[in-house]
This record gives sequence, C-alpha cells and structure tokens, in this order.
Amino acid sequence: MKVLVPVKRVLDYNVKVRVKSDQTGVDLANVKMAMNPFDEIAVEEAVRLKEKGTVTEIVAVSIGVAQCEAILRTALAMGADRGLLIETDQDLEPLAVAKVLKAVVAQESPDIVLMGKQAIDGDNNATGQMLSALLDWPQATFASKVEIAGSEALVTREVDGGLQTLGVQLPAVITTDLRLNEPRYASLPNIMKAKKKPLDTKALADYGVDAAARLTVVKVTEPAKRSAGIKVDSADALIANLKTAGVL
Amino acid sequence: MAVLVIADHDGAHLRDTTLKVITAAQKLSGDIDVLVYGEVAAVAAQAAAAAGVRKVLTAESAELKADIAEAVSALIVSLAAGYDTIAIPATASGKNVAPRIAAELDVSIISDVIEVVAGDTFVHPIYAGNALETVKTADAKKVLTVRPTAFAPVAATGGSAAVEPVAVAAVTLKTRFVSDEKVVSDRPELGAAKVVVSGGRALGSADEFKAVLEPLADKLGAAVGASRAAVDAGYAPNDYQVGQTGKVVAPELYIAVGISGAIQHLAGMKDSKVIVAINKDPEAPIFQVADFGLVEDYKTAVPALVKALG
Repeated sequence: MKVLVPVKRVLDYNVKVRVKSDQTGVDLANVKMAMNPFDEIAVEEAVRLKEKGTVTEIVAVSIGVAQCEAILRTALAMGADRGLLIETDQDLEPLAVAKVLKAVVAQESPDIVLMGKQAIDGDNNATGQMLSALLDWPQATFASKVEIAGSEALVTREVDGGLQTLGVQLPAVITTDLRLNEPRYASLPNIMKAKKKPLDTKALADYGVDAAARLTVVKVTEPAKRSAGIKVDSADALIANLKTAGVL
Repeated sequence: MAVLVIADHDGAHLRDTTLKVITAAQKLSGDIDVLVYGEVAAVAAQAAAAAGVRKVLTAESAELKADIAEAVSALIVSLAAGYDTIAIPATASGKNVAPRIAAELDVSIISDVIEVVAGDTFVHPIYAGNALETVKTADAKKVLTVRPTAFAPVAATGGSAAVEPVAVAAVTLKTRFVSDEKVVSDRPELGAAKVVVSGGRALGSADEFKAVLEPLADKLGAAVGASRAAVDAGYAPNDYQVGQTGKVVAPELYIAVGISGAIQHLAGMKDSKVIVAINKDPEAPIFQVADFGLVEDYKTAVPALVKALG
C-alpha cells in the first residue's frame, strides 16, 4: 500500500507573526520556518503504518518555493521514502493546491492521501476535503485514530460533542488532528541518510493545472488590541470588579 | 440573489450558531433560506420561527443523519443553483463539508468569516487570529464558513417561514457510519455559553480538574473548557478544548484557571467580553489579555471565589 503525504512549509508555530505596516501581508523575511505541525502528525502516522507492515511506500510532496526542499528532507528523515517538490513562487489557494495534488495522485496512484487538517498560516482547513471532492474519494477528516482493515480504513474523528468512527473505502483522503500521535524527532543518522533519499523537483507548469488566484487580498491588518487590564489581590475584589463590569 | 444557510442542530434543538449565521447572511441578502438536514422533525419548526427566514428546506436520510460528508455535500450542491452564497457555520461538521462543496462547485472557500464587508469581500482570521485578512472573491458563487461567535443571533421567534421538503438524490457512498461516542454533559454548550470556566495543565489531574472547576462552573451556570495542554494530558475530554485547533468561544465572561496563555489558546478565546486569569505566575502571557488578573494559586483562589459567590 502506498501513502502520499502532502507537507507545507509554514512559519514556525512558536514565532509570533508580525503584520507588515503597509497591510500587504505578514512579514516572513528572516523568520524561522518549519513543517506545519499537523503535517508532521501525518508523516508520523504514515511511518507508523509502514512499521506495522501495512504500508510499503511513503511519498512526501510539497508545493512552494525552493526552500520547501528542507521540509521534504525532514519528512524523509522521519521515515518517508521519496520526496517530490513542485516548485512555484506563487502562494496557492487551497483549491489550486487540491488540483495540483489531484494531478500528483493521478501519477502516483496512492491508496491513501494522509495530510494535516489545516495549515497554521492560512487556517483554512480545506485542502484535504477539496482534494477528496475532486478525486471523488471518501474523506475522513480530523482523525484521532486510524486503522487499516483490508480495503477499508476505520477512522475515529474528533467532532463537536465527542468522537465519530467512520469506515472509508480505500483509496481515501484522511486528515490528521492533534491527538492522532506524537511525531518523532529525526535522529542525526536519519537526517544524514535522508540526504541520499530520492527527491524529484518539478515545476508547477509541468502539471498544467489552473492555479490562478480566485481571491484578492485587499489588506492584512492586526486584530484590535485588548486594553490592559488590572490585577486584583483577592477573590472578593475580583467579584466586586466583575459585578461592576456587569458580567456577574 | 439568495443565501442558503445550513442549520446547525442536534436533532432536537436548533443551535444558536444557526441564528448567528443568519445575521451574517442578512448582510448579503434579504432572501435567506435555511437548510435543515438529518433528523428534521423538531428542528424545522424552530428554524421557521427564526426572524428573517424566507423558507426552510428539509432533507432526511440515514446518511445525512450520520453527517457523512459525501451525502451532505451532494445534497447542498444539488440546491446550489438557486443561491449565490452558501453560508455554513464554522463548526467541526461545517468545516468538514464546506470545502467539499466549494471544490465540487469549482470555487474557492472563505473560511471562518468574522465580518462581511460587501457581497464579495470578507474578513477572516489567519495565523491563529494574530492577523486579519480581508479578501475579495472573483467567484460567482460563494461558499463561506462563518464564525458564529463573531455575529449576534437573530431573534429565535417571530418568523413564520414555510417548511418545504427537498428531494434527496441517491448517492453511492464509499463511507459507512460505524459509531458515535458522545460526551454527556448537563452544562451549557461550550460554544454558546455566556460564562466559560477553563482549566490548564496546572491542575495536574482529571480528578483535580473536575474537583476545582465544576463547583465554580455550577455556581456561575458556566460551561467548562480546557487548554490544549490539559486535554493532551488527559485531564479533560478533547471537545472541551478552546483554541485554534479546538473551539473558538466569545462568552461574556471567560475565566482561565492555571492557563499560561499560549498563542494557540488565545486564538480561541480572546474575543470574550471580559477575561479573568487566575495564575500563580505573574509573568504568564494570559495576564496580557486579561481584564482582571488574580496572581494566586488556584488551590486557594478558586475555593475562595466559590465561597464568595455564596
């Protein structure tokens, strides 16, 4: 069984983002970038399925600038077998990414596309669902548990009010939630080995996909700042303040 | 042209998230239809009574009841011709299905809308709410998920819309429903509660989490929430999680107990009207957003609060 894992290079989640003063976007110059945390969980799950013997090959794919290669090398160091970088300087919307991934799926014919539920930059939570729609595959989003049973994946999903378990026929798209697993750190020997693993680079144009932007960013602004509050010294003082504020 | 609002409900009650999405839809059009799918009998009447609704469409099937994305998106796509905007509450269920609908219609999706600027221009948060992006779409048909906490609800009564069943086309599903595991709670729902009491990792265990927070929540009639750290440590079930990757809440009063205030948590609660932080670390980032901070061990502060509330 073959798994395709799309990974995205995003601003490291520990970095506090700064909005550019001209309101054209956020400042990504000279800031630490990393693999999207939900994608790390997807790579980890794919590697665990391989360790169980269910999966035979893991292909990691990333779409973006040349520096995405570093993210793919991280995926290879975690245990992916092969990398595919689709280079573009364009910042693609989820629909365009889903269309490119559909073309990759056509070439690679994976049994499962395993990907993060959302990227922590755009916070869209859309690409996995869009890909499954374009492929006419079933989808299992927000997975906290994945079991492969023959030609079906049993996926426990995090929904409002609890958990739901679905059986999806393969091939399928599965998106990962935080509690699916704890991603491993790549060891130094594995990082060295990952440098020798195959990594193909293609251009976005090679896929002949309509990746034109549908959305125009009018502006990016900072959210309204909360005014500084006060510290109180006792529970009684706190309650008195809350009564004055009209919330008690 | 018209807007189709997808109702959020539990089979018996229409959630007020639906009423809030109707408010957002009113900024686009006066012709608002509400689709209720799944178990519709009780909910359709509630939707028809909501102010500002033109028509309530109902659709029933076992697959819709189980909220299988393939079935729900096929239904909504089949209705899309009559609408230029489809507005879906940004709940787990809505986020699951909305992008699928958008892709089937070959349009972009605009996620987590918090402000409607014009019929084609919307504001939504990015980077865990640390930046707000205003986008203008070129698509003729718009699919939005709407963040309910950003809008006030329309009145739940006063409307008298007609209820109209719609045909549900048969879909060959590649998904089967296996089971549900609901977290049972007598408390108000986290997303809709006026007061939320949340605990963090500092509480140390599931028993302590309950023992400390529940008496306070009972006194205030509050919902109980948790930080991701508390959920990951197993102190609280995962649907208690408030944050970028959990629920986004905006209650009147949010009380954070033993929560440091990581970016990912703040993204889920910083639009609350009044924020109270109880933390023994005076340097905790939560104090930067709190209206009232109490620098004290929760072990003394919370029981004192419960006592003072009588």
